[in-house]
Amino acid sequence: MQTDVELAVDLKGTVFTLPVLQIHSSSIEAIELELTERLAAALTFFQHAPVVIDLEKLAGRALDFGELLKLLARQDLVSVGVKNGSAQQNALAISAGLAVLKGGTLQDILPETTDGSKGDPGSEKATSLAKSGSTETMPETCVAAPTKVVTQPVRSGQQIYARGGDLIVLAAVNPGAEIVADGNIHVYAPMKGRALAGVLGNAHARIFCHAMQAELIAIAGNFRVFEDQLPANIRGKTVQAYLDGEQLLVEAI
Amino acid sequence: MAKVIVVTSGKGGVGKTTTSASFATGLAMKGNKTVVIDFDVGLRNLDLIMGCERRVVYDFVNVLNNEATLKQALIKDKHTENLFVLPASQTRDKEALTEEGVERILNELKEDFDYIVCDSPAGIEKGALMALYFADEAIIVTNPEVSSVRDSDRILGILSAKSKRAIDGVEPIKEHLVITRYSPKRVEMGEMLSIDDIKDLLSIPLIGVVPESDSVLSASNSGVPVIHDIDSDSGQAYADVVDRFMGAKLPLRFLNVEKKGLLSRIFGS
Repeated sequence: MQTDVELAVDLKGTVFTLPVLQIHSSSIEAIELELTERLAAALTFFQHAPVVIDLEKLAGRALDFGELLKLLARQDLVSVGVKNGSAQQNALAISAGLAVLKGGTLQDILPETTDGSKGDPGSEKATSLAKSGSTETMPETCVAAPTKVVTQPVRSGQQIYARGGDLIVLAAVNPGAEIVADGNIHVYAPMKGRALAGVLGNAHARIFCHAMQAELIAIAGNFRVFEDQLPANIRGKTVQAYLDGEQLLVEAI
Repeated sequence: MAKVIVVTSGKGGVGKTTTSASFATGLAMKGNKTVVIDFDVGLRNLDLIMGCERRVVYDFVNVLNNEATLKQALIKDKHTENLFVLPASQTRDKEALTEEGVERILNELKEDFDYIVCDSPAGIEKGALMALYFADEAIIVTNPEVSSVRDSDRILGILSAKSKRAIDGVEPIKEHLVITRYSPKRVEMGEMLSIDDIKDLLSIPLIGVVPESDSVLSASNSGVPVIHDIDSDSGQAYADVVDRFMGAKLPLRFLNVEKKGLLSRIFGS
């Protein structure tokens, strides 16, 4: 510490990528039913995860925040705040102990212009950039989450999770190892373990393997297990995996 | 500076204790003051293989609980100068091992010894974690079969995540691979994994291949580490392991099926 007087606290700005829970229904039972199912598919990645509750799809319909918070707590989720709520919903959320978050999309984080309307990211780039220079917490990372790069072998029993972004592995992924990403997965070495991409539900995520020998490949919850020998057209080959609708395709490239 | 070396594998029955005994003996035979600690609290075996089971009075757990001093518990090996054994307790379980206690004993041993060899129990629970936690180097013992190699892979992952060196973010544990119970004949017949298969998967430096041999069994039964049996291929293989560990570059031996020569055909072998 360089300061003469030790400060008890320090207030700093930083940017986090948080999972967003979009609420489509005002029925707590319906939410619970579906959430339980979704979380079961995502294994333990959401244990104690902070979530933001998106109220946009609810279009102002009433929601019992007290019950919702209890439900999320039962699912081991930590509710952080709400976004896209109506003025009334925001007030209720605040009294339930939640924060009201602004932002999440580029449109949202642009500073408001003098007449109160949102700035246009295309035409008013100059002004928004000038303004962003002066605001400390302007999140550049909101646009692309950082990529996680792994250079050591991923061994049996190890699990690597690239939260919010892509995962690049430059060493072997051994049998019994699990690599997981919210985004895409690239493995530039023998891939003998399990790879799960787009685990938050991103169906556009893809998996690329330099030498495909995986036990399991999954994208957005759709998975394929490779018991015994892999098909000859992909075994040991450079492949990509992607979703075509509900179907998970693994093809040599 | 004393070095702490863990001998570990994940899987049981692959030859950890046999390797610990011969490896520690080999280090001591080279003039290094060496102690080998049995971390298999509750199932002690090392004292049997070292042939000192009847001289165990105090053990590792007694020292941990301050019921005895290190000096009282250390057993001087009767075959080799510079070699001491710290036996495990037969009557306690692994919960007796605490991080603070183990660290205190290791620090005390470091003042006196050049090498501290920790013979890990099987598994990935408390005993195994305590044995590897303070290690500077690790010897991974593996057999040429799928489940053993898989468990070794798992242990390597734990070394790189849960050891003190990993948690402190300092230079990682130096890893060495020893393949035991290797049978060239069975590899040739496709019943065992080849050395290349194992090296490919584990990707750590190989410092020795110990062939499957009756001399290991008879050495264990008679309580004399097999490295003393300089006529046996296993004994010689362990001597090579020690030399390579100390930095010597030696070609691997005993990898191929021996063609019986004229002399051995006449005299038998």
